[in-house]
Amino acid sequence: MISFNQVSKRYPGGFEALKNVSFELAKGEMAFLTGHSGAGKSTLLKLIAAIERPNSGSVLVNNQNVSALKSAALPYLRRNIGMIFQDHKLLFDRSVFDNVQLPLEICGFDHRETGKRVRAALDKVGLLGREKANPIALSGGEQQRLCIARAIVNRPSILLADEPTGNLDAEYAQEIMKIFNSFHQVGATLLISTHDSGVLKNARTINLKHGEIQAESHIPANEALP
Amino acid sequence: MMSTFSQHARVVKSTLRRLFSAPLSGLLSIVVIGIALSLPAGLYALLQNAQGLLAQASSSSEISLFLTMDASSDDIASLKKQLAQNPAIGKTKFISRTDALKDLAQSNGLNDVIAGLESNPLPDAFVISPKATRAQELDNLRSELQKLPHVDLAQLDTAWVYKLEAILEFTRILVLILAILLSLALIAITFNTIRLQIMTQKDEIQVAKLIGATNSFVRRPFLYFGAMQGILGGITAWIIIASGMHLLKKPVTTLSHLYGSDFSLHPLSLGDSLTLMLFSLYLGLMGAWLSVSRHLSEIEPR
Repeated sequence: MISFNQVSKRYPGGFEALKNVSFELAKGEMAFLTGHSGAGKSTLLKLIAAIERPNSGSVLVNNQNVSALKSAALPYLRRNIGMIFQDHKLLFDRSVFDNVQLPLEICGFDHRETGKRVRAALDKVGLLGREKANPIALSGGEQQRLCIARAIVNRPSILLADEPTGNLDAEYAQEIMKIFNSFHQVGATLLISTHDSGVLKNARTINLKHGEIQAESHIPANEALP
Repeated sequence: MMSTFSQHARVVKSTLRRLFSAPLSGLLSIVVIGIALSLPAGLYALLQNAQGLLAQASSSSEISLFLTMDASSDDIASLKKQLAQNPAIGKTKFISRTDALKDLAQSNGLNDVIAGLESNPLPDAFVISPKATRAQELDNLRSELQKLPHVDLAQLDTAWVYKLEAILEFTRILVLILAILLSLALIAITFNTIRLQIMTQKDEIQVAKLIGATNSFVRRPFLYFGAMQGILGGITAWIIIASGMHLLKKPVTTLSHLYGSDFSLHPLSLGDSLTLMLFSLYLGLMGAWLSVSRHLSEIEPR
């Protein structure tokens, strides 16, 4: 599903965020991306969604070379990837419902069908009662879950999460990990970056250090689940 | 599942909502566009009216053909035939020298003077209404008539027609210059409005692009906004012109009555009104398009 082949990324100014990174993530697999801050976790996720382009090597998503995609083709790649951001990137000028509806609007869904889908996504993250609220009125954990609802409403086959539990206490973090697990069970491919080692017992982890893969622990996906 | 029409309808709805969410600033730019457009379009409307007036005035211009004193009645009859065959001539009217003298006596109260005359000093004359209205054509006809036998003098006052034509030509160029300048201003106004909108919606655009919005999806609401602002500006301009015309109608009619004319002011025609609105829509769309293509590529998700 996702395959990195000797990928290097250097930012203007000379900082080398990733050096010769190679790994593969099979369809339906869930993996964690770990490492200290600045190790290149966010950059790696950005390369998958073509928010950044690699300087060398190739990134394949669904057997498509993302690094060679024309910019006109990017939207269609991104529609297949649900992204959960550390800073949520919610829009505070509209309701919870409208935030989740945005991806469906972008894909051109029929207006009558969007309502059902939005409510199903909100139900999954436990925010069904808050659909009319403004996101600014939500707690940090709720905002994170809203971000997840927006990422999954479109039913993408890949979910990328950048530090989804970064600013949350253990209880909230556990809740969110449970949500991810349920997506894993229905066949989505997940890559989750985290520095919170408490949540990763038994799961496949890819450890980054200064832009290089340090260690990989391969654990079959079905054993990774609690 | 995909429904382009309902998608467009939704964009129109949200654009209208955006337009009226900040009614004062939205209204302000619409009024500015309306005033900017009403200047050249209003002048154009007046010009159209003036052209009508010119045509009316020069069609009422007549060529007076004074015959030599020795012209016999046979000469007059053959001349009459010739004039009737000339395709450039609409109507001819013969005024005999005796009739002319009677007219003069009646109209000017010169009875005593005329009674004192030994013989009638007035010549026979034809009064000719030409079909042509342009000053140049009238002049050509006059010199042609001058060459006819037994014609002493062919008289036509074209100087004022020339002057009026020159004034109209001057105004036409003025309208053109104004129209070009103010169209550019309109494009600039829309360009700037859209630029500000793009800046305030930077977050939304970035998020939309991250979620998989195509460029045309992001562009669409801005283009709709520009077009809508344009056509509302056009409608405002139309209203300004129509009310201006309405206010001017009465004084103009009074004035033309004083000059013995039945000229009255005509409002913009349906075709001209539609052209005005479509043109301003197009200008708004163009300003928005320029602004969007200039600024949208600068906003890429990071």
